[in-house]
Amino acid sequence: MRKYVLDLQVTSVEQPGERYLLLDATNPAGPLPEMNPGQFAQLRIDDNKDTFLRRPISLHHVDYEKNEVSFLVQKVGKGTASLWQKRPGSTLNAILPLGRGFTMPTSAEQKFLLVGGGVGIAPLLFMGEAMLKMGVRPTFLLGARSKSDLIRLDAYRALGEVYVTTEDGSEGEKGFVTQHSVLQREKFDNISVCGPKPMMMAMACYAKQVGTKCEVSLENMMACGLGACLCCVEDTKDGNVCVCKEGPVFDVEKLKW
Amino acid sequence: MADLRVNIAGLELVNPVLTASGTFGYGIEYQDFIDLSQLGGIIVKGTTLQPREGNPYPRMAETAQGMLNCVGLQNKGVDYFCKQIYPQIKDIKTNMIVNVSGNSPEDYAECAARINELDCIPAIELNISCPNVKHGGMAFGTTTEGASSVVKAVREAYGKTLIVKLSPNVTSVTDIALAVQDAGADAVSLINTLMGMAIDIEKRKRVLSIGTGGLSGPCIKPVALRMVYQVAHAVRVPVIGLGGISNAKDAIEFLLAGASAIEIGTANFLDPTVSVKVAKGIDEYLEKHGFKSVNEIVGLCE
Repeated sequence: MRKYVLDLQVTSVEQPGERYLLLDATNPAGPLPEMNPGQFAQLRIDDNKDTFLRRPISLHHVDYEKNEVSFLVQKVGKGTASLWQKRPGSTLNAILPLGRGFTMPTSAEQKFLLVGGGVGIAPLLFMGEAMLKMGVRPTFLLGARSKSDLIRLDAYRALGEVYVTTEDGSEGEKGFVTQHSVLQREKFDNISVCGPKPMMMAMACYAKQVGTKCEVSLENMMACGLGACLCCVEDTKDGNVCVCKEGPVFDVEKLKW
Repeated sequence: MADLRVNIAGLELVNPVLTASGTFGYGIEYQDFIDLSQLGGIIVKGTTLQPREGNPYPRMAETAQGMLNCVGLQNKGVDYFCKQIYPQIKDIKTNMIVNVSGNSPEDYAECAARINELDCIPAIELNISCPNVKHGGMAFGTTTEGASSVVKAVREAYGKTLIVKLSPNVTSVTDIALAVQDAGADAVSLINTLMGMAIDIEKRKRVLSIGTGGLSGPCIKPVALRMVYQVAHAVRVPVIGLGGISNAKDAIEFLLAGASAIEIGTANFLDPTVSVKVAKGIDEYLEKHGFKSVNEIVGLCE
């Protein structure tokens, strides 16, 4: 897929949670390119003396009619924190679309479970929307530390069934996503996961036990995002491969987990 | 438009802007963003005789105005390069230069000999300055004897333009430059990365998998500029300057210091189109100040 460097223009800035930012941006120069769920953008961080590189942020939502792309960002370090300075009208320089996204269903009969933890839910909204367009209703299993970290649930509920776990039990079932009762009740054809590494490893382990195909989205530290610098490698069964180019989404069978 | 053409030891460049090894892949990673024929040349990822897995993750740490890396020359070896990569890049309309590394002078020479057979690769850049591998690499580039031994071995095996990339992690870079010139180098490029370190204060551990890495980016530019100036005043062969160049002003500083051409490295990560912008900016500078050719400003600074 062709990649672009675009000067996007921020159209809306929301804070769906204390540590979360939802940025909507349009491309004033023309229509946004075709993008796939699970792919990401390299966002430029301007005027921050403490950071240097771009930040890889997954595509949260793409609206081709409105010519808008949305990013759901968690405040992690100084790079992501500086995105909080963006206001409607601000320029957001982005390289996109990057990487290889999630495998999509090939027929309406397939049952896909989309599992997200924390801000890892971000790419799953775009995936759910794309599935629905194909006539496949997604099932979400979303986990967070507590109720205040469960963000944008309504947007997910508008697309399909949403199951929730929180570590403190303040919403949904108490515990981790891997402990949710839906996993005992239902069988899925595919599990797509994005979240903290221990969570993804636990889901991968579950998927192996029940013999379900499972894909996870890795977030190794990156420099270029284009497969040129070889900094973000994951040690896979095929050797060291760039997460930015061969991933960020990997079939767990290819990983050494 | 001023005349931007430069000649590096017989190698014709449409302009003095090259992209640095390890920051530009094989060029193809960037062809969505720029017309590669608008570059003086592309120096592709370091290639070795045998395949290398490189160092474990994490290989990168961000710093103030720069970054550390310890990639460790990950590549699939010269055979793979010749069979799989070369057919993909041979028709790119610019000078495709291969960065060559190895464990021993014999290794370097054999790898260079293989690349010598490729019609569309007019030059190699010999990497005697990689700080991230245990054997070879920088070990050769930090003594005059080591540097000389590798360059002599490669010179016998390689007939085209031979550029030697120098390490800044030495007491006297001019001594090394003079040694490789005497050993048969056609040109020198400098600087490779400066050895550095980062520590995670929460984990109380060094960030990079092998503990140390090479520092690059705007933070190293003054060091690079000083070394380029010193070497350009000491050697007869052309000098290619690199180290933190991020815009046309930086590039012009290196040209004034005595570099006949420049390489852009880490800046490609921030802006994949920066290399063509730098070429354009050099042209604008020359026009503005009434220079007809870029060669007029090379070494103009006393």
